[in-house]
This record gives sequence, structure tokens and C-alpha cells, in this order.
Amino acid sequence: MGEKILEVRGLRVKYGENDVIKSASFVVERGDFVCVVGANGAGKTTLIKTLLGLVRPMAGEIRIKNSGKAESRRAGFLPQESKIELGFPATVFEIVISGTLDELGAWPFYRKREKERAIEALRSLGLMKLKNKSFSKLSGGQKQKVLLARALASARELLFLDEPSNNLDYRSRKKFYENLKKLNEEGMTILMITHDLDAEDLIGNKVLSIEDGEIKMEKTEKFLEKYR
Amino acid sequence: MNVIFEMFDYDFMMRALIVGALLSLVSGLIGVSLVLRNKSMIGDGLSHVAFGAFAIATVLGLTPIYVAIPTVIVLSFFVLSLSDNKKIGGDATIALLSAGSLAIGTIAISVSKGVNIDLNSYLFGSILSVGAKEVLTSAILAGIVVVLFLFSYNRIFAITFDEEFARAIGVRVKVFDMVFSVICSVVIVLGMRLLGALLISSLIIFPTVIAREFSKSFRGVVIFSAAISVVNFIIGLVLSYILGTPTGATVVLVNLGILAIAKVVGRTK
Repeated sequence: MGEKILEVRGLRVKYGENDVIKSASFVVERGDFVCVVGANGAGKTTLIKTLLGLVRPMAGEIRIKNSGKAESRRAGFLPQESKIELGFPATVFEIVISGTLDELGAWPFYRKREKERAIEALRSLGLMKLKNKSFSKLSGGQKQKVLLARALASARELLFLDEPSNNLDYRSRKKFYENLKKLNEEGMTILMITHDLDAEDLIGNKVLSIEDGEIKMEKTEKFLEKYR
Repeated sequence: MNVIFEMFDYDFMMRALIVGALLSLVSGLIGVSLVLRNKSMIGDGLSHVAFGAFAIATVLGLTPIYVAIPTVIVLSFFVLSLSDNKKIGGDATIALLSAGSLAIGTIAISVSKGVNIDLNSYLFGSILSVGAKEVLTSAILAGIVVVLFLFSYNRIFAITFDEEFARAIGVRVKVFDMVFSVICSVVIVLGMRLLGALLISSLIIFPTVIAREFSKSFRGVVIFSAAISVVNFIIGLVLSYILGTPTGATVVLVNLGILAIAKVVGRTK
């Protein structure tokens, strides 16, 4: 077993009167690429939000461990595109550097190291040419890459992605997945919610499925065998 | 040119200029976040609440500003708490509050005896109503908002662009929302006497909408919005003096004209 980067024990999450997640326990190892699947309303987004601390669980324990600094850093996050106003007046750099905000602490301005991190995130996704471009003028695929760069600037080791391929055409989606695979090969651990159950979309090494509040983690090949 | 020098010989005009310019600066800044987060109607709703509070305070013989500011702040928190409520949406809450406050204010004025209230000045503003108290409060408010913007600019950007992400990286969105509600409430109450309950929210909305036509960056929109807001107010005030038109309505028309020009220029680019 590899090094644990995320450990969840006995997690229970309620939404209104319903138990969205009944009792979840699973471990994500460093370098894993986990695709989170489940029907609409199964609780995929709720799970990710709970892991990020946006939703308070009823019970359970979540431990995120980055580079030996236990629970000290939050994970990177790419929310669903539909939550963002696509015509928002901002440059690509303004958006990407906002991912480093939690590094500032009480200090109000970005320093050299935050700027360098944003540049590094842009470079790793081949976005340097778009650095000063207006976000509203980019294509859907480029916008999604910018949001991924922001998530990268926020955390280099663990990424949570909420249906990142939504609204992308076939070609853009393929390219976007290539970027993710490259990041994963370079050592990034990824948890990605995906809407489809096609083998093309299940690009990770593991699948975490949610059904009736129960969570099951298995190897992608094993999961796909059931659908063949 | 002489007319402009002449108009500022009057104390009330000077006070209107100072208060109006300071409030325009503040509303130009906070308007960016409110408009881009689709929350600009909060200003409209709160201006009606302010009208109700002003009317009741006047009828009861109390100082209107001291009644209106806390009332509007409390109700702005109420709107904020209901904005994520799925059962009653934020816009429905604002509409209910607006109509309710307008009705309460109108009834209070109509049943009061022996109190002389000029309804028009409440609804459409009056530059004669700006006193030394308003000048001081506006100066303090503008100072606070400029400092807040300078030191929280990056956090304000994060919240405005993507509230959920901001929350995920530890920005205290609720605290910012409450601070913005308080600022918005004070701007509304102070500006209402100058521009009127029905027109004050335009001071929050127009500058950002115009600034978006001129800048592709958030920083640019913030700077343009604040500058355009102040300049448009001053142009409106001067024009209203020269043409003898109501100040609030003239300022709104100046903003509308600049927006139309910006749209045309934007299309031809």
C-alpha cells in the first residue's frame, strides 16, 4: 500500500432529512487518480464539498496529508463550470493567482512567491500565452484549463475536480483529460467527479462509486468489467 | 465656467458635492462586487426600506438618519440570510421588503397630523437636505471603504469571481457579505436624501455596468467604476444646477447617456 494522502473514516453526511452518505470509509494513496461516479443526486458533489470543508458532516473523520505536513494545506478545487459567470471581467492571471490566496494569511497583497506559483501553474498547462487575455474571450476548453491552473496554484499534490468535462466538446474534453493524465503522471493525486460511465471518461486507476449513500472504491478495470 | 464657480459659493451645493462625490466613490467600489455577483437589487430593496424608516422616524419626531441606518442594516442581514433560501428566493424577499416598506412609509406619512413631509424629496431626493452630519459620516464611510478595498482587494476578487472556490480556500465569505451589507445600507441611507429612494440604487449599479465596457480586467473595472461614478455624479450635479432639473434624475440620465455611448463605442471596437 502506498502513502495515504486522504483518509476518510466513518463519514456520514445529511442533506435535509436524508442521509446522502451513510457511513463512508476509504483511503486515497499518493499518485491515485480516482473517478467519482454515481447517479444524479447520489451525493458526488456533496462528498467533494465535505472533503473540502464546505459541508459539515454529521460524523466521521477526514485527514488530508500533504508532503508530511499533516492537515496543514487544503486541496485544489475545480468547481462545476456552471457556477462561474463566463463573461466575468478578469484576466487569466488574475484568476490563476487567486488560487494562492490561502498562502497569504493576514497579509493583503500577493508576493513574489505567489506570483511565481501562478506562473508555474500557467506554464504547466501551456497557458502562458493567454496570461493577460480576458477570461470572457476564451473558448470553453481554455476557460476550463484556466480554472484547472487556479486549482493547481492552490495545491500541488491533491486536486478535487467536479465534473470538469461538462460543457466541453469531444476534442476539448480529450485534450483536457490529456492534461489531467500528465499532471497525474507528474505526481498529482486527483479525485474527479465524472458524469459518464464510458471507459473514455474513467481515466483514473480507481473508481469511487456512490449508490444509496454507500461508497465503494475499486480498481477501474474491475469496475468496468461489470458494465461490459 | 462662471456658473460652476457661482454654484459652489452656496454652502448647500458644496455639501451636496462632497457627500455625493464620496458616496459615488463608495458605491462605485462596492457596486463591482454586488453587480458581478448578481446582487445589485439588494440596493434597490434597501432604499425602499430606508424610505419606510425615514417616514416613520419623521412622523415620530426622531432623527431619521439614526433610525434608518440601524433599521436598514438589520433588514440587509435578513435579506442576506434568506438569499440562499430555496423556498423564498432572495429576489422575492427583496420584492416583498420593498413593497412592504414603501407601503408602511406612505401610510405613516398619510396618517400623521401636524407633520409637514415633502414626499417628493424622499422619493426623488433634494440637495437641500444634505447637512454637516451627512458630510462627516460620508467622509468616515469613504475612508473605511477605501482602506477595506485596498487591504481586502484580492479576497474581494476571489469571492466575486467564484464564491465556492473562495470558501474552499478559507476566505470568510459570510463576514465579507455582512460588511458589504453594512456599507451598502449606510450608502443607501446617506444617499437617499440626496438622490431619492427611487434613484439611489442606480449609484451602485451604473458605474460597474459602464466600467465593464471599458476594461477586460477586474482591477480595471474597479478603478473605472469608482472614477466613472464620481465623474458622472459631478457632471449630473452641475447639469442639474444649470438646467434647474432634479439632481437624482439628472445623475441617472448622465449615467444612462455614458452607458449608451460606452455600448456604441464597444460595438465599434
